[in-house]
Amino acid sequence: MQTLLFLILFPILVACLLLFVKRTTLRYAVVALSALVIGGASIYLLMRYAFEGAVYFAAPSEAASLAMVAIEMGLALFIIYMGAKFRNYLAIVLAVIQAALVVYLEATFSENLHAVNNLFIDQFSIIMGLIIGIIGSLIAVYAVRYMETYHHHHPEVRDRQKMFFFVIFIFLAAMFGLVFSNNLMWVFFFWEITTITSFLLIGYSETEEATKNAFLALVMNLLGGVAFVAALIFLAATEATSGGIDLARVLASGDAAVILIPAVLIGFAGITKAALMPFSSWLLGAMVAPTPVSALLHSSTMVKAGVYILVRFSPVFAGTFAGFSIGLVGAVTFVVASAIAISQSNAKLVLAYSTIANLGLIAACAGVGTYMLVWAAILLIIFHAVAKSLLFLGTGAIEHRIGSRDIEDMEGLIVRMPRMAVMMFIGIAGMFLAPFGMLISKWAAIEAFVQVQAPFGLVFIALLAYGSAITVFFWAKWMGKLIAITRNQEKVEKGFFEEPWAPLYIITGLVVAAVLLFPVISSTLIEPYVLAIYGVTARLAEANVAIMLLMMALLLILPVSFLLFRRSAKRLPAYMGGRTATPDLHFAGSLGLTREAQTRNYYLTEYFGEAKLFLPGAVICTVLILVSWALAGVAL
Amino acid sequence: MTWTWLIGAVLFLVLAPIAGGLIAGIDRRITARMQGRVGPPLLQPFYDVGKLFEKESVVVTTAQNFYVLAYLIFIALSGALFFAGGDLLLIIFAFTLAHVFLVLGAYAAHSPYSHIGAERELIQLMAYEPMIILAAVGFYMVTNSFYVAEIAVSAIPAILYLPGVFLGFVTILTIKLRKSPFDISTSHHAHQEIVKGITTEFSGSTLAQVEIAHWYENVFLLGFVYLFFAWNPVVGIIAVVITYLAEIFVDNVTARVRWQAALKSGWLAAVLGIVNLAILAYILAYMMTGGA
Repeated sequence: MQTLLFLILFPILVACLLLFVKRTTLRYAVVALSALVIGGASIYLLMRYAFEGAVYFAAPSEAASLAMVAIEMGLALFIIYMGAKFRNYLAIVLAVIQAALVVYLEATFSENLHAVNNLFIDQFSIIMGLIIGIIGSLIAVYAVRYMETYHHHHPEVRDRQKMFFFVIFIFLAAMFGLVFSNNLMWVFFFWEITTITSFLLIGYSETEEATKNAFLALVMNLLGGVAFVAALIFLAATEATSGGIDLARVLASGDAAVILIPAVLIGFAGITKAALMPFSSWLLGAMVAPTPVSALLHSSTMVKAGVYILVRFSPVFAGTFAGFSIGLVGAVTFVVASAIAISQSNAKLVLAYSTIANLGLIAACAGVGTYMLVWAAILLIIFHAVAKSLLFLGTGAIEHRIGSRDIEDMEGLIVRMPRMAVMMFIGIAGMFLAPFGMLISKWAAIEAFVQVQAPFGLVFIALLAYGSAITVFFWAKWMGKLIAITRNQEKVEKGFFEEPWAPLYIITGLVVAAVLLFPVISSTLIEPYVLAIYGVTARLAEANVAIMLLMMALLLILPVSFLLFRRSAKRLPAYMGGRTATPDLHFAGSLGLTREAQTRNYYLTEYFGEAKLFLPGAVICTVLILVSWALAGVAL
Repeated sequence: MTWTWLIGAVLFLVLAPIAGGLIAGIDRRITARMQGRVGPPLLQPFYDVGKLFEKESVVVTTAQNFYVLAYLIFIALSGALFFAGGDLLLIIFAFTLAHVFLVLGAYAAHSPYSHIGAERELIQLMAYEPMIILAAVGFYMVTNSFYVAEIAVSAIPAILYLPGVFLGFVTILTIKLRKSPFDISTSHHAHQEIVKGITTEFSGSTLAQVEIAHWYENVFLLGFVYLFFAWNPVVGIIAVVITYLAEIFVDNVTARVRWQAALKSGWLAAVLGIVNLAILAYILAYMMTGGA
């Protein structure tokens, strides 16, 4: 239990310490050292509890719970203050409703608000802990240098780095608290902290746009928060049958119909936090924040909290129509967000839409909730966390070097920033190619959906088949841009190694390691968890694992063939329809003019544009969410 | 655990280029007859590829050779896995990986024509992938297995349950065989609207590798067609022959369409597959409840 408390409390300590650190070098030292400690502690957690199954701890409750309610009220006042300052009355209304509900809950059901065990750890929490502890703190390390350069590039932005790093470490602490709490009141408390911290981070630059988007995120997440409290009230009121606010008792509750309503409400909170449609716009708006914030929100915190809670509750959803409906929200989000990603040329937006798509896929698995799908969902969470953090941090580094985050401007990056391009290549491969991570999970998801009761499974498979084809398109064309061998381009990677880019290398290593070690990760962590929950477990056939490792080995050996070609061939300029051309795509045009040929990718905006697809997607998903509520009500 | 799967893989790796080359030779002769020509000798594709290997090695960038080699290797690997009786979904994903390598080779060359070819190839990929995944799912629903080995020995006539899936598959087969009307990213007729599209910058032995990969690919795809009729080998072989002849016919009587039409056709083919699978799901559910 000490390790759990340490992981929750230590980042808070660091956060407070960082409030007093002004110099970048010192801040770097503090952050890097704490990252080492936090990462180390989460690895210790893995070694200590990996083989123990779920372990519960009766952590001190009375004082902690009181403090939490006090802080919640303080936060509500803070939101009201901010809402008044920036004239966002919706935020005020939601904060007031939420605070009122919390007070009502505390006043009316105070005797039902005690969990036997407040903290717990099981394999799923360990996985989440590793993602938060390792990836999250690596992003924090990266952020130190990034923010220094950021302020250099943006002199108009007020330097609030002390506050920035304070919030980041509070965020990490809250995430740890969220995944280790067995008391749903505690989960809710940490849930609200993440809402506030992301609000503060998104609004960091204090521009009008940043403030607007920060409030957008706040309002949408408060909406989820209100649903969460409603679920708590329902649970407290039906304590005898539902198990109250004790997560383990709720999940083990015999009365499935009763807990379905709170589960759907908490699932709704998960949908808002995971930025599924129609709530995807807050995550896109969050792109105004500095890149490390995006990396943090997308890979190891915030949205992961959303899918965490969905996967936690998937045994409740399993086999219910309400669960199907939530799963469909995910599946539709997967297809629509992937399709919109085709039309985007801004790298961060492509990454954002692909995150939304992948979270949709995870939600689809969690909503349908069979044991194989839960297995696939957890695998997706892992692979998405490593690959996406790499891509965000890489995009940030590239943007600082070439001054653009447009994919078209990344043409020939392999010539200009070879190491960075290789890392991006690995990250993108991790998102969609066999035998890399996401694909394993997608494959497992298809296999699992086939076994879902016929007409329903088929809907998911159809959506998955289209979505998966679409992802190939937008990732491959980005990859293609990166590896185009452009001539007469200077290298801009110089200086790359003068800065501590260690986090990038480590995360690249993690992407590769996740692929090579996924059978081990699966057998030591995911399978036991699924077995404990469902009594059966899923795994890939050994022959297939062997084939995938063979493919991986081939991919690692193949680059050697570069040496083979180096000496042999004669170089000619590209074919220009018979015109006299130079290697850097200039050709002799008419009237003796030399013209340059340019290549641009297809974005197919006419078919896959945001304007065309967002509204229908949002409408369908809204209807599906309402249907899930109705169905949960009917089940009761 | 037997070693028969290894025999299948090795036989494919050795024999598929020969079979693929012969099929290409026959294809060219039949095409010529349909057009009122005599056509080249049966072994012409082998002469062509042999000649390519003798050519001077010329590149725009050396990196392109790497990607094309990777393309050949992964196409051969996915075909080998297929004939070894492996998991269809894994095979499909390995197949996709192979094509991404070909596309990357075209991108690496950084040339206008190959760039457009690469984009079109990706659109084709996007057009056919849903259908190919649905075909695998269809086989699973009929035979309860994703493994080619088990699907191939199943006594159930899959075609009777999956006519829509088969039609959809044959539609995207036209894309995969690089035949008209869907040969938008490259075709066997040089100097058309985008020159040779994705293969514009490949020459000599590299182009020969693309050709050999295509032979492997065609044998693999015809093997896929065979699975629909696998319950009776004789019917199966006849069906494969007829399907291929039909593809040649379509190739000769249609003109190339635009990419929009190719994409829509591929996705509509998948809708056909979905409708088929939905009906099948109801039939299976009906049979399971004993017709009650």
